[in-house]
Amino acid sequence: MQQVFGHPASLKDVQTHFCPGCQHGTIHRLVAEAMDSFGVQDRTIGVASVGCSVFLYGYFDIDVVEAPHGRAPAVATGVKRARPDRIVFTYQGDGDLAAIGTSEIIHAANRGEAMTVIFVNNTTYGMTGGQMAPTTLPEQKTTTSPYGRDVEQAGHPIRMAELLTGLEGTAYSARVSVNSPKNILQAGRAIKKAFEMQIEGKGFAFIEVLSACPTNWGMNPLAANERVAEEMIPYFPLGVFKDNSEA
Amino acid sequence: MSKRLFVKGNEAVAMGAIEAGCRFYFGYPITTQSDIPEYISREFPKVGGTFIQAESEIASINMLLGASACGERAMTSSSSPGISLKQEGISYMAGSELPGLIVNICRSGPGLGGIDASQADYFQSVKGGGHGGYHIIVLAPGSVQEMYDLTMLAFDLSDRYRVPAMILGDSVLGQMKEAMTPHPYEPPVDLPEKDWVVTGKGAHGGQRIVKSLYLGDGELEAHNWRLHAKYAELKEKEVRYEGVGLEDAELVVTAFGSTARIAKTAIRMARDEGLRVGLLRPITVFPFPEQAFLQATETAKRVLCIELNAGQMVQDVRLSVDRDAEVFFYGRPPGAGSLPTPEELLEQIRKYYKD
Ligand SMILES: Cc1ncc(C[n+]2csc(CCOP(=O)(O)OP(=O)(O)O)c2C)c(N)n1
Ligand code: SF4
Repeated sequence: MQQVFGHPASLKDVQTHFCPGCQHGTIHRLVAEAMDSFGVQDRTIGVASVGCSVFLYGYFDIDVVEAPHGRAPAVATGVKRARPDRIVFTYQGDGDLAAIGTSEIIHAANRGEAMTVIFVNNTTYGMTGGQMAPTTLPEQKTTTSPYGRDVEQAGHPIRMAELLTGLEGTAYSARVSVNSPKNILQAGRAIKKAFEMQIEGKGFAFIEVLSACPTNWGMNPLAANERVAEEMIPYFPLGVFKDNSEA
Repeated sequence: MSKRLFVKGNEAVAMGAIEAGCRFYFGYPITTQSDIPEYISREFPKVGGTFIQAESEIASINMLLGASACGERAMTSSSSPGISLKQEGISYMAGSELPGLIVNICRSGPGLGGIDASQADYFQSVKGGGHGGYHIIVLAPGSVQEMYDLTMLAFDLSDRYRVPAMILGDSVLGQMKEAMTPHPYEPPVDLPEKDWVVTGKGAHGGQRIVKSLYLGDGELEAHNWRLHAKYAELKEKEVRYEGVGLEDAELVVTAFGSTARIAKTAIRMARDEGLRVGLLRPITVFPFPEQAFLQATETAKRVLCIELNAGQMVQDVRLSVDRDAEVFFYGRPPGAGSLPTPEELLEQIRKYYKD
């Protein structure tokens, strides 16, 4: 009999601290599967950011450096320049990457740093209790937009995958979602692609993953998942925006 | 390599760093120190170094954090407003026990201030300018030669204790040219092996994590006690200072960096007048030479602290001296034209001298 499904080697066999229905766990698994598929677990260095994913060193069985809020792309730049033969990825939330760390992500992409960035967009600051993020949708209620996000006052949600696509240094940019089995498979393929781009030395690869935060959205996991399909995907379209793999 | 050279203080720092094996530089331009990135960007390609002009001081300190986590000798340099921006990363490096060199060629502030020499960043440097209650090793050169020598020493101390190190200079030291003798770097034979660096776990078996987050019960307190034990060890073993004429001194003058140079001239003038005045110049400002001050003031009961600020190091001096000693202060907040003259300091020496 052939085994078609198992626990990824790059992921420790432990329980996560994530809330029920949170999709960080699913995304962790896809990243681990990507590392396994290329056999790079032993030469990968992860850069942890600030937010609900900060404990990723508790789940990934790899070497990890922890970065200050938003600075993961700069830390990863130092790591990659020091160890160009290693595989380096950052794993960042939307508060981390699209607010305090906008400068670092734009410039790392623009320099074409050979790294993979996993960007988890759940339209809120999860860890600090559901405040408004740069990705919070218009009219979305959060603890700091209690009447719903007013775009006149707070600006419009940022589409990071599209924004980074415009930069010369970006070799790959895609947006995926993990709200359905089909989308999970697609997300897995895109994340693999983003690692492959780095392994083949093609440059900066960016994956935005739409993800649910049932706790801070005040929804049960199923309703949260439906919100991803009905509200998030229409604003944040899925797709590959740039792919220089043939270049 | 024993030829005497006529070089700028900033260049001496860059030369010392390259000689000490630093091959990673991350920085952002700011006046009074830009010669350092300029020199390094020119020389690094010849020795296989990596130079990145980062998008900001915040990014550059975090690039340093990343390269250091991989075990490389790495540095950044800036001047006062840029060092303020780096404080976040410095705190994280201190918390993550990462070595690395930060050069601060101070200019005057607060805010945008001016580009004149200043010692108003003393508190920020030696008291842990970022959050969380930590220290870094702070070395205060007083000559171009020391800019070179102490840069090498900073890397060694930083590696030995896994504590970030800072060269605390100022725009006078950075910009002036004087004779200096370069010499080969001799690595200490007993530097501990870097058995904590991330390399990808294949290179060392188990997983390695470089982090500063400790949430478990008692974990962070234990971590902090460990850091503070290192600071105590630094105070015990790594204090450096220059003492001149302390044996018979009635008045001890203390100053660091460029101010100490002017003070030295004033002290010579005072000695010519027959005043028994000594100099105690801290070279490590953290760890502060507490014992040296205590010793010097067991006989000399008067200390005059001179600084290019409104009074910062004087607080450490007061805490260190013999309880019967009196400490006086003379200083000026930095700004154009505020550098004291030797005559001005001589007048202060006369004022506080008692035979
Ligand atoms: C300099 C700084 N500012 C603020 C914080 C507080 N903080 C911790 S996590 C976080 C938001 C994280 O949100 P996101 O990146 O979206 O990740 P999520 O928790 O949603 O996965 C904030 C603001 C911090 N740790 N450091
Ligand atoms: S707060 Fe939100 S993002 Fe954080 S673990 Fe819970 S569901 Fe996930």
